[in-house]
Amino acid sequence: MVSAKVLGSAQRSENLRRSWYKFSRNRLSLIGLFTVSLVVFLAVFAPVVAPYPQHASAFVDFENASRPPCRTYPFGTDVVGRDIMSRIFFGFRFSLMMGVVVLSLVVPPGVILGLVAGYYQGTWVDTVIMRTTDIFLAVPPLVLALAIASVLTPNLFNAMLAVSLMWWPWYCRLVYGLASTLRHEFFVASAETIGASRFHILFREILPNCISPIFTKMSLDMGWVILIGSSLSFVGLGVQPPRPGLGTMVADGSKYLPDQWWIAVFPALAIVLVVLGFNLLGDGLRDMLGAEEV
Amino acid sequence: MGFASFLGRRAVHSVFVLLGLSILIFIIARIMPGDPARMAVGARAPQWVVDNLREQMHLNDPLYVQYVYWLRDAMRGDFGISLVTRRPVADDIREFFPATLELALFAGIINGAGGIILGAVSAWQKDKWVDNVVRIVSYLGVVTPSFVFAILFLLLFGMALDWMPTMGRLSADISKPPLITGLLTVDSLLAGDFRAFFDALWHLILPGVALALGGMSQEARITRSTMSDNLTKDYIAAERSLGIPGSVIMRSFLLKPSLIPTVSILGLDFAATLGNAFLVELIFVWPGLSRYGINAMLRKDLNAISAVILVLGVVFIITNIAVDIVVARLDPRIQLGAGRSE
Repeated sequence: MVSAKVLGSAQRSENLRRSWYKFSRNRLSLIGLFTVSLVVFLAVFAPVVAPYPQHASAFVDFENASRPPCRTYPFGTDVVGRDIMSRIFFGFRFSLMMGVVVLSLVVPPGVILGLVAGYYQGTWVDTVIMRTTDIFLAVPPLVLALAIASVLTPNLFNAMLAVSLMWWPWYCRLVYGLASTLRHEFFVASAETIGASRFHILFREILPNCISPIFTKMSLDMGWVILIGSSLSFVGLGVQPPRPGLGTMVADGSKYLPDQWWIAVFPALAIVLVVLGFNLLGDGLRDMLGAEEV
Repeated sequence: MGFASFLGRRAVHSVFVLLGLSILIFIIARIMPGDPARMAVGARAPQWVVDNLREQMHLNDPLYVQYVYWLRDAMRGDFGISLVTRRPVADDIREFFPATLELALFAGIINGAGGIILGAVSAWQKDKWVDNVVRIVSYLGVVTPSFVFAILFLLLFGMALDWMPTMGRLSADISKPPLITGLLTVDSLLAGDFRAFFDALWHLILPGVALALGGMSQEARITRSTMSDNLTKDYIAAERSLGIPGSVIMRSFLLKPSLIPTVSILGLDFAATLGNAFLVELIFVWPGLSRYGINAMLRKDLNAISAVILVLGVVFIITNIAVDIVVARLDPRIQLGAGRSE
C-alpha cells in the first residue's frame, strides 16, 4: 500500500505542475494572480504599508486638506486632509471582507439546493426550488440588494446580507445544471444499485464532479460581489463613513468634481483594479480547470 | 410543441414568477422594524390617529390577510401614498417611469448594436490588432462599474471639456414637447420639434453610454466567441471554397446563428441596466424612476419601494419574453418544436 500512496502523491504533484503550466502560459492569468495577491497583501498589511494608517477613520488635518497628488500624498488628500492612498489600502479590507463573507454565506445553501433539485429533477422538489430561484432572478440583482439593504439599518453587515440573499440562486442554477446531467452517469447508477445512501450519492459522487465549475465561479464572483458591494456603498447603504469603503469614498469625492478630481477618481480606479484582478484570475482558473459551464 | 404553446407556457410561467415576486416584495416590506402607520403620520401625531390608520391599512389583521389586501390594491394600481412626495405612488410612477424607460431603451440600443458590431468585427479580424483592441477594451468595460464610467464621463466630457450637459433631460431654454408617450425624443419627433429632439438626445448620450458600456462589452465578447467558433465550421469552409464573397457569408450565413447566445444574454443585460440606472440617474440628476426609487429607499418609503420593484420586475419579465421570441425566431430548432431545455 505504501508504494500506491507514493505513486498517488507523485501523480498529484505531476498534476499540479501541469495545471500550473497551463495556468501560467496565459500572461493575463498571471497578471490577475499578481493583482489579487497585491490587493490581498495591501489589505492584510494595511496598518504597516499604508503611509498614514491613522487616516483610515475619523481624522482631521485641515492644514493638508484637498492636496492634489504629490510626493507626500501620492493620490492626494480629501477635504479633511486624509491621505487617499492609505484609505484605499484600508478600503481593500472592506471589499475583500464583503467578497469572502458573501460567498461563504451563499455557496453552501446554493450548492446544496442545486444538488437536491438536480438529483430530483422532474419532481416537485425540483419545481419548488427552481421556481423560487426564478422569482429571485426576476428583479435586477442590484435593485433587490438595494431594497433589502434599505429596509435594514445601513451598514456593512446588512449590505453583505442583502447581497447574499440575491446571490444564492446563481449557484443553485449552476449546480442544478451540472447535477441534472451527472445523475444519469453510470457511476451514479452503480452507486444507486449497490444501495448507497442519497447523502452519499449527492455529496460523495455528484458534488466532487461539480467542484471545478463552483470554484471557478467563486473566483469570478469575488469581483462581482465586490462591485455590487461598492455600488451599495456608493449609494450610502454599505460601508458607513468615516470608514473608508471604496464606494463610499467615490460617492464622497463626487461632490468635489471637477476641481478635486483625485478624491473620487483614485478610489474608483481601485475598484476597477480589484474587479479586474479577480476576473483575470477567474478566467485563468476556468481555462486551467476546463470549467466551460461557468 | 408549436410556437404558440411555447409562448403560452412562457406567459403562464411569468404570471407565477410575478406572483412570487409580489410575495417577496411584501416580505421585504414587512421585515422593516417599526410601525408603518406611525412612519406615515410622523412621530408627533397622537396615538388615536395611528390606531385609526392601522385599522385602515389592515395592519391589525394576520399577515396573509394583509398580503391579500396589498395584492388586490397593487393589481388595481393602488400602491398607497408616498411618504416622500405625499402623492399617490401610482402618480409618481407615471411621472418618473418614462424617463427611465427612455434612458434604458437608449442604453439597450447602444448595448445591442455596439456589442454585435464590435464582436463581429473582432471575430472577423481575429488575432489582428482590431481584435486585440476590442478584446482589451471590452474586458475593461465588463469589469468597470457603470457608476465609475458615469463619474469619469461627467468629469471628462461634462466638466473638463464642457462638451455635454451634466444633468437633466432637457436644457432649460427648451420647452417640453406635448406629453404623448413621455419619452422626450419620441414626443418631440411626433410634435415635429427637432430642436427639442436633438437637445433630448444630447442629454441622453452621457448617461446612456455610461449605462451601456458594461453590457456592450459583454455582448461583444459573447458575439466574438460564438462567431469565431462558427467561423471554423465546415459549412463556412464549404461556402468559402465555392467562392462566395466574405461579406455575403457574413450577412447570410454567419450572423444569424451567431447571434443566438448574444440575444439570449440581452435580457440579463437589460436587468443589469435597470439596476445600474439607480446609480447613473443619481449621478446625472436624471428625473427617472430609479432616482425616485433610490430616494424612497434612503428614506424607507415602503409604498414607493414596493411599487418600484414591482414595476421593474414587470419590465424585466416582459423583456425576457421579448428576448425569448427573438431567440425563437433566430433558432429554427425552437420553432420546429425541438425545444430548448431550460
